[in-house]
Amino acid sequence: MHHPFTLTETDLEDIATGAWILGTGGGGDPYFSMLETKLLYERGARVSVIDPLSLNDDDLVCCVGKMGAPLVTQEKLGDGEAIAETIRRMEAYLGRSFTGVMIWEIGGANGFQAILASAILGLPVVDCDAMGRAFPQADMTTFAICDLPAYPWTMVDIRRNSIIFTEAEDWSWMERMTRRACTVFGSVAATCKAPRTGREVKTCTVLHTLSKALRLGRIVREARRTHQDPVQAILDAEGGVALFRGKVSDVQRRTSEGWLRGTLQIDGLDAHAGHGFQLEFQNEYAIGRQDGVVRVTVPDLICVLDSVSGEAIGTETVRYGQRVTVVGLPAPAILRTPKGLQHVGPRAFGYDLEFRSLFPGEDEGKTPPPLEGGGWGEGCVQPPAVGARTPPANPLPQGEGENLRPIAAAIPNRTTTP
Amino acid sequence: MIRAGIDVGGTNTDAVLLQGSTVLTAAKQPTTADVTRGVIDSLRLVLQQSAIAPAAIDAVMIGTTHFVNAVVQRRDLAPVAALRVNLPAAARIPPFSDWPPDLRAIVRGPVFMVRGGHEVDGRPIMPIDTAAIRDAARSIRAAGIESVGVTAVFSPLTSQAEDTAAAILREECPGIAITLSHDLGRIGLLARENVTLLNASLIKLARGTIAAFEQALQAMGIQAPLYITQNDGTVVRAASAAAFPVHCFASGPTNSLRGAAFLSGLTEAVVIDIGGTTSDFGALVHGFPRPANNVVEIGGVRTLFRMPDLLSIGLGGGTLVDPADPESIGPRSVGFRLTEQARVFGGETLTCTDIGVAAGLIRLGDPQRVAGLPADFVRRALARIHTMIEENADRMKTSTAPLPLIAVGGGGFLMPEQIAGFSGVVRVPHQEVANAVGAAIAQVSGEVDRVFTGLGRPAAIAEATRVARERAVGNGADPATLEVVEIEDLPLAYLPGDSLRVRVRVVGDVRHTV
Repeated sequence: MHHPFTLTETDLEDIATGAWILGTGGGGDPYFSMLETKLLYERGARVSVIDPLSLNDDDLVCCVGKMGAPLVTQEKLGDGEAIAETIRRMEAYLGRSFTGVMIWEIGGANGFQAILASAILGLPVVDCDAMGRAFPQADMTTFAICDLPAYPWTMVDIRRNSIIFTEAEDWSWMERMTRRACTVFGSVAATCKAPRTGREVKTCTVLHTLSKALRLGRIVREARRTHQDPVQAILDAEGGVALFRGKVSDVQRRTSEGWLRGTLQIDGLDAHAGHGFQLEFQNEYAIGRQDGVVRVTVPDLICVLDSVSGEAIGTETVRYGQRVTVVGLPAPAILRTPKGLQHVGPRAFGYDLEFRSLFPGEDEGKTPPPLEGGGWGEGCVQPPAVGARTPPANPLPQGEGENLRPIAAAIPNRTTTP
Repeated sequence: MIRAGIDVGGTNTDAVLLQGSTVLTAAKQPTTADVTRGVIDSLRLVLQQSAIAPAAIDAVMIGTTHFVNAVVQRRDLAPVAALRVNLPAAARIPPFSDWPPDLRAIVRGPVFMVRGGHEVDGRPIMPIDTAAIRDAARSIRAAGIESVGVTAVFSPLTSQAEDTAAAILREECPGIAITLSHDLGRIGLLARENVTLLNASLIKLARGTIAAFEQALQAMGIQAPLYITQNDGTVVRAASAAAFPVHCFASGPTNSLRGAAFLSGLTEAVVIDIGGTTSDFGALVHGFPRPANNVVEIGGVRTLFRMPDLLSIGLGGGTLVDPADPESIGPRSVGFRLTEQARVFGGETLTCTDIGVAAGLIRLGDPQRVAGLPADFVRRALARIHTMIEENADRMKTSTAPLPLIAVGGGGFLMPEQIAGFSGVVRVPHQEVANAVGAAIAQVSGEVDRVFTGLGRPAAIAEATRVARERAVGNGADPATLEVVEIEDLPLAYLPGDSLRVRVRVVGDVRHTV
């Protein structure tokens, strides 16, 4: 467990670098959200981070993210105030206030939404997320893997049009409904996902992923500063594998059912000269083959990094001629369980392949190295044996009986940014 | 058709006269503090050398890095107003947010954000708030601001909001210079707005500079139309260039690339231009500089617009070599003081030029002054220079297939004869004035970058091509010579229907107007 710590401005930049790497090609560039947070910092806001393991079982934590097309974010930029608004509306709906805000998806721009909400509302960020990377769908989360209910959701657009999704059959239905609404809203919307109890957070999330993004960012910054190889530094620190080094020789993209799908062909350089590597992507990189043989699949993290700068390269922007290193990082243990693989394994992406981990026998639950300014102590727990777990029958008040207070009274007073 | 090409660089002003595809004469002179005088002097020189009458010139093409230097050096920039038509979108990151503080302090005038703009599917975000725009316009006039940059959400898809704002600004602020972001940029509001505001802050300087060019040409008796070279390797008429100085930012390296293509007859190659202070690397695709599709930082500002994909390193004829360590080269340079400070010219500073003379690669100044350099020192310094060139040239390649490498520029003697990964090193006649040749041969272009929905790929590309051709002709191209040089399409995730972003660029020869 680590002590609460406050993010510095440099931390924000490092988290952006790290979250973009954990985005595995998707999730959108965190630049705008990082900039928005920095502007809040200029006006005095600060974000504190708490360890999920410090939560009480009956604490209630909200989970926020942004839905929509990265291209649309390029024009509409961020809207942290809309994210904060989804939380206020969820609190009003539930008649309860939250102990903290957790991250939905650490990879890409979504990693910053909880940070923005924290800077505006003063709620601490809970150091965990529901993916441990980026994925394209709500049913590809640890919450779905743990069969936790997918509702309620609140959704707010830039005009403050708002929807509360009070019930959904499952995560796939929630994904379908919210996606349709998101299109109507102009292809970008802020969402507060189904809130979680402290107990659920401790057992059904990927722990310490904000710290992980921060650590990755710091490693890259330090390697660049000391003229070390940032790619190697990432591999050393995270126990990753360099799969292939080469030059992008072809990129093909197409959209279907709202996904950016395609392939990326890399011709080998140096030790891989004469070989070829092919990546298939569905928003994020999903499958990697060397000379036709499968080397890596989801849910292991497949990152395409600039061979020189270590910067992550996304599926929307990767282009012909870039010199890249394909890196595999271990998937969180919860994603590698049989139930996890049903949701995020190769078959969930339409590939008739078994998942063969790049990291057999490794346990993602081990204590990561201590982090300066926010170090871990002993006692990080192992992720639960997920398949065996019985979800709580009714984990959340559904706006009935005693829990339903008048909406105005239910909105708590909280310090907001001046 | 006789064309004059002039390239005004940071160190030298180069000029050539071209008849058809023959270089009649060339001249290289130091750039003067007064840019116009340097242009006139070099033009006068080539006219004298060739004994051609000023009236016989059919077109004058000038390339200048004057405007980008103004941004980098923070001089001659005007304060500008920023008007963003966006609310309630994009409200949390106001204009100038990610600018370096020193530049922001000079350029940032009043900033306004008003209701309006569009969704990605073309619906208005909100009805445009014309009353707020009128209020903003009145404040801008009251503040005495002479230039304004207007940026609306998704204006590259529909320019309606920016056009409405421009009409109001013209009514309320007669004579104000207006830059609209959709004329410059791609999708990416902040980076597009940044380049719009940079453009707005340069318009006064651009108008003054280009008017001075025109007056000077007239005074010399040259009646031919004046064209200014652009980032993509083409030219536009002077009046249109004055409205978009940012399109001249990379014209120096671009002209070298185009000149290299013309002089070598190659259309697919990597080009290195070794100057006095830097070596610029670029790539030719179909004879044109390969465009950068990503954010390009200019003077510390993130911009996204039509720029070539370039790589610049601190290596040139004037680059410093550490007398104690032959492998420590650059990035500092003596720049235009080469002829005073380099050892072969009587100075005390050891430069790459001295290494070249000591190695017998070039005869310059007094070789005796470097005769004392140990042979091993010279060999190691040269090996390091070659490695720097080799590594960076390789980074510009787009495949492992060996390409030719064209070497141009005054520092060309630093090039090795062979480098790994390339089919050969190509040297061309007039390589020292390749940039001026590139200016002289420049063509006119038309470009479209738009999202099409529900049209299907072939129809979308056909429509984009039609509009691009129309624009090229509007810019002064001869319709009979139009050629499509670039088609790029990208399907867009999440968007309804069959959305496709298509970019098409068409070029043609300058229409003979005389």
